[in-house]
Amino acid sequence: MNLLYSADEESLRDSLRALLRSRSWSPDDGFDPDVWRLLTAELGVTGLIIPEKLGGAGATLREAALVMEELGRFLAPVPYLGCAVMATVALRVTGDTQILTRIADGSACAALAVPFAGPLPPVSVVDGALTGRVQSVADAMVADTLLVPASDGGLWEVAADGPGVVRVPVVSLDVTRPLVDLTFDGAPGRPIGPADRAVAAAFTAGSALLASEQLGVAEWCLDTTVDYAKTRLQFGRPIGSFQAVKHRLADVWVSVTQSRAVARYAAGAVSGPDDDLGGTEQRLAAALAQSHCGPAAVRAAEECVQLHGGIGFTWEHPAHLYLKRAKTTSIALGTAPAHRHALATLLTLDAAALTEPS
Amino acid sequence: MPDVRALARAFRENTPAGDSADFLRKRFDAGLAWVHYPEGLGGLGAARSQQAIVEEELAGTPSNDPRRIGIGLGMAAPTILRHGTDAQKQRFLRPLWTGEELWCQLFSEPGAGSDLAGLATRAVRDGDGWRITGQKVWTSMAHHARWAILLARTDPELPKHRGLTYFVCDMTAPGVDVRPLRQLTGEAEFNEVFLTDVFLPDDLRLGAVGEGWAVARTTLMNERVSIGGGATPRGGGLIGVLTDLWKTDPGVRSAAAQDEMMRLWVAAEAARLTGERVRQQLAAGEPGPEGSAVKLAFAELAQKITGLELELRGADGLRHDDWTMRRGELVDFEGRSPTYRWLRAKGTSIEGGTSEILRNIIAERVLGLPAEPRTDTTVPWRELPR
Repeated sequence: MNLLYSADEESLRDSLRALLRSRSWSPDDGFDPDVWRLLTAELGVTGLIIPEKLGGAGATLREAALVMEELGRFLAPVPYLGCAVMATVALRVTGDTQILTRIADGSACAALAVPFAGPLPPVSVVDGALTGRVQSVADAMVADTLLVPASDGGLWEVAADGPGVVRVPVVSLDVTRPLVDLTFDGAPGRPIGPADRAVAAAFTAGSALLASEQLGVAEWCLDTTVDYAKTRLQFGRPIGSFQAVKHRLADVWVSVTQSRAVARYAAGAVSGPDDDLGGTEQRLAAALAQSHCGPAAVRAAEECVQLHGGIGFTWEHPAHLYLKRAKTTSIALGTAPAHRHALATLLTLDAAALTEPS
Repeated sequence: MPDVRALARAFRENTPAGDSADFLRKRFDAGLAWVHYPEGLGGLGAARSQQAIVEEELAGTPSNDPRRIGIGLGMAAPTILRHGTDAQKQRFLRPLWTGEELWCQLFSEPGAGSDLAGLATRAVRDGDGWRITGQKVWTSMAHHARWAILLARTDPELPKHRGLTYFVCDMTAPGVDVRPLRQLTGEAEFNEVFLTDVFLPDDLRLGAVGEGWAVARTTLMNERVSIGGGATPRGGGLIGVLTDLWKTDPGVRSAAAQDEMMRLWVAAEAARLTGERVRQQLAAGEPGPEGSAVKLAFAELAQKITGLELELRGADGLRHDDWTMRRGELVDFEGRSPTYRWLRAKGTSIEGGTSEILRNIIAERVLGLPAEPRTDTTVPWRELPR
């Protein structure tokens, strides 16, 4: 599999960086509607993986992974993962066309009504309407369409501001990707297809692509810390000239270098047809990506705070935002230990399964 | 651009594979040894990535054990190609590649390990050649080698990096004394090489007098690439040894050990994919510094995986197979006992540049961090404390 970046991907990266560099946002915003609009209208990346006949760009998840990388690097407060990756993949799997067409033209923003840390029992269907609670959902505050896995096995389309839906913002560890608690109390909706395959595919694609976001976060942390270590003087010399500091940064560079290979592999692995997203290799690549890239981003962010010393511990310096993003993503869509367990199962190395009498 | 596949196919059809050495010589002469080398020197001047096509077409034909010819292939050859005279290239590259002449490396000394540029072996002018005197150490294959790449000091009055010259050493010359050096594995995989007044004609000098350090850097960069290892399949190598044990011996399995094993599996796969990406970058003509990451990760992984294997084996991990002193010439991580593996892995973070030196190199050359203040690079080598 090609683990490098293509010329088209590098050019997309340049456009994204130019756009993101020209913007500034307050981390407290949680959402920057202008950036979201520019990503849709100017670059068309919110519809990147939507088929061309529905108004999208018809690209693969590999290209979307590159977008994730840059959004992670800039910590851009937009619901790209929730809407343009996970909800979009779920909708592609159900065969929906209506909502996808609206996401592609920028008139809709959808979110899966599933906890960011991983799926829980679905919302109940009572008398043809939805009732139940889903906590800590990402990218749902700004969504107008919620995709709700329900107890009848269906994935339901529910208007986010419709009757019977209450959204309460959560004080999130990562303020740049705010979470919301959802309550459905007899909320009307429309089943659009079976939920299981759609949600599983969305989580596999999401896990694989989250690795690219984690790569972008880790790269920012490494670059920023290296720059600081070159200019910060103590004991009459740049702190980056001390081996105690440079060896730690060398280790971060190694793990970031590995993250790049792993994230590219994962993005490539999930870039085939949607029917393959439930495949062993696809799930393995996604679990590998989250087992490696999540902890690698956390480590890069922790070293960023530590090697910046006092200034890294302040609210004023952005290091804490990357720390919170890194830790949040390492738990989101399953923790690293959970993904390692999934890997053991996929590789037929799980001790419990091996010792079962056959 | 030459049609590498057609050439390889035609070569295979027209060349009898009877005598192995003869076949390899013909393969070299056909330019199918290393296609990215120039024509007449075993190559076709093609892209390095084309080599895979040759290997595919010539699979199953006579070949050399890469571990036997590794030092020649990975270190001597690229250095000769870059810094050698035409006569040196013509003389050395063909038998190096065919394995008819083995090579070793005379760099490290008892007093010059990480600080290689501080080495003390002297080369003194003597008529139309040089007299070499000194002691080298950690020399694999020295007792088989016909030639060595040698770094020696030609001017002790200059600062240490500037007084070095690079030679090809004739291992059969009088005054070359090779003695086995026993390691903590119990084996003597390496040698000590004592050089006493060894005469080398000037045409065995590689590069200009005083340019030895620049020439040596070509060798060292290629050493790290080759120590980083070639392509292995997923789950292969040492992690495969561990997972095979896990699958076949129920006694080693526990939930706690499983997570530790899976951490190592993930680390091994991440390192493997990184190596794969490095090869793709090389093939695309965009070599990057990521090879250092591969070597560093491989060293740490080998130690952790072999350590966990001994723990999993418990009481069995207390038994070693054999401490008899022997000549263990080829490193064999997978075929030998678990305790051998664990002990041998301790060398992976020392040989070919310690992990500490590699971190310095990454920090300074890749990340651009400032060097440590140093006092040893500007004064004459003779005045340094040793």
